Amino acid sequence: MLNNSISRRNVLLGASALTFVSALPAVALTEAGATKLINSVIGQINSVIASGKSEAAMIKEFENIFVRYSDVPTIARYTLGVSARSASDSQLRSFTSAFTGYISRKYGKRFREFMGGRLEVQQTKAVKSFYEVKTLAYLPGSAPFDVTFLVSDKSGKDLFFNMFIEGVNLLLTEREEIGAMLDRRGGNIDSLIADLQKAG
Amino acid sequence: MPTPDLFKRARAGFAPLFAVCALGLLGACASPEPGELVADPYEPMNRKVHGLSKGLDTTLIRPAAVTYGTVVPNPVRMGISNVADNLTLPSEALNGLLQGDGELALNNSFRFVINSTFGLAGLLDPASKMGLTNMDTDFGETLHVWGFREGAYLEVPLMGPSTERDLTGRAIDAVINPVTLVSPLTFTAARRSLNVADRLDTRYRYDETISSTLYESADSYAQAKLLYIQNRRFELGQGADGADDSEIYFDPYEDPYAE
Repeated sequence: MLNNSISRRNVLLGASALTFVSALPAVALTEAGATKLINSVIGQINSVIASGKSEAAMIKEFENIFVRYSDVPTIARYTLGVSARSASDSQLRSFTSAFTGYISRKYGKRFREFMGGRLEVQQTKAVKSFYEVKTLAYLPGSAPFDVTFLVSDKSGKDLFFNMFIEGVNLLLTEREEIGAMLDRRGGNIDSLIADLQKAG
Repeated sequence: MPTPDLFKRARAGFAPLFAVCALGLLGACASPEPGELVADPYEPMNRKVHGLSKGLDTTLIRPAAVTYGTVVPNPVRMGISNVADNLTLPSEALNGLLQGDGELALNNSFRFVINSTFGLAGLLDPASKMGLTNMDTDFGETLHVWGFREGAYLEVPLMGPSTERDLTGRAIDAVINPVTLVSPLTFTAARRSLNVADRLDTRYRYDETISSTLYESADSYAQAKLLYIQNRRFELGQGADGADDSEIYFDPYEDPYAE
């Protein structure tokens, strides 16, 4: 029932997007692309939430979604901040891979709070050089809240590179946290990477 | 009916307000340094309060919340929180009025009337199903609408993260709340218990997020501050002082090492 109405919504959204594409090919293509990407992301997230799998399995699924639909290297590099400048290529690579696991564990664990809920795309608009896709999260027993994705094609593919939950910016929040972890380790990136593999 | 009782209550309610004014908080209006999200001149004191609050959460609040969440079934907890929320509506309607926001004032007034009657004293929320969904507000927002700036970040005992403007708002809300003004003190005591239950329910419901922020962050003070300020500015409609759209929507492709 629920899934039917969601897929109908997707079909309608897709159909409207297609109509829009034929009218305004150059601009609308990316806007439709951004909407399509986030529809895929939330379709996958909705099915993970609904699956009722074990926590470990959900974290794994979340990691797959994160790697497939987001620009992990850009996100990781940004959260490392100025330290990314002095890091070697191999340090950056290990950091990115440790960061991927850390983010997936940290946010994957919170999926339990989303049980019985779902996300729905509301609107997409161009901001600067990228697209903002606003979605609403419906949770049983609480008012719907805002989850916004930022999508860019600068990596060569349409991928999301930031996410806001009720105004809380993932990039900014993780940059502060990674910065604090780095400070605690006297700025030693290798020891940060080692600990990040277990954190989250 | 200005009884001595009312005055006593009003004075008790004003006490925190006087304390806030005495500190000259609203007048001080600290501004964030460049590159800083929010001004934090009281950081050493704030960090001490944060440490104490964390200790209180470990020893008392979290265990109490887990007990409450495990012993009391979810629908009952939701009902109790609904009643507590319903009793904040007159105050929120008043703040809507003070902000000159007709939609906010009417929405909260109708929600109160509908949920107090058809919703069995607020136990249920039929107003939401009729399209009158929850629109939170408080005197901190009223101060924002009136042009007061956010001021410095504060961690307040038993209240948690706040700002100079939000703490002042809380103090004024306590005084001007219509429900407190028209109901007997025993009712106010009962309402406080409902609010405690509501807070325990929130602590239980979002345990994963709250506990991981408090206990697993490298710097839980910095995380709590960042989460509060971002979320609060979002609630107030982005563009609260210190943050415009371009800061919030920075482009990591333009300058991945940006400060």
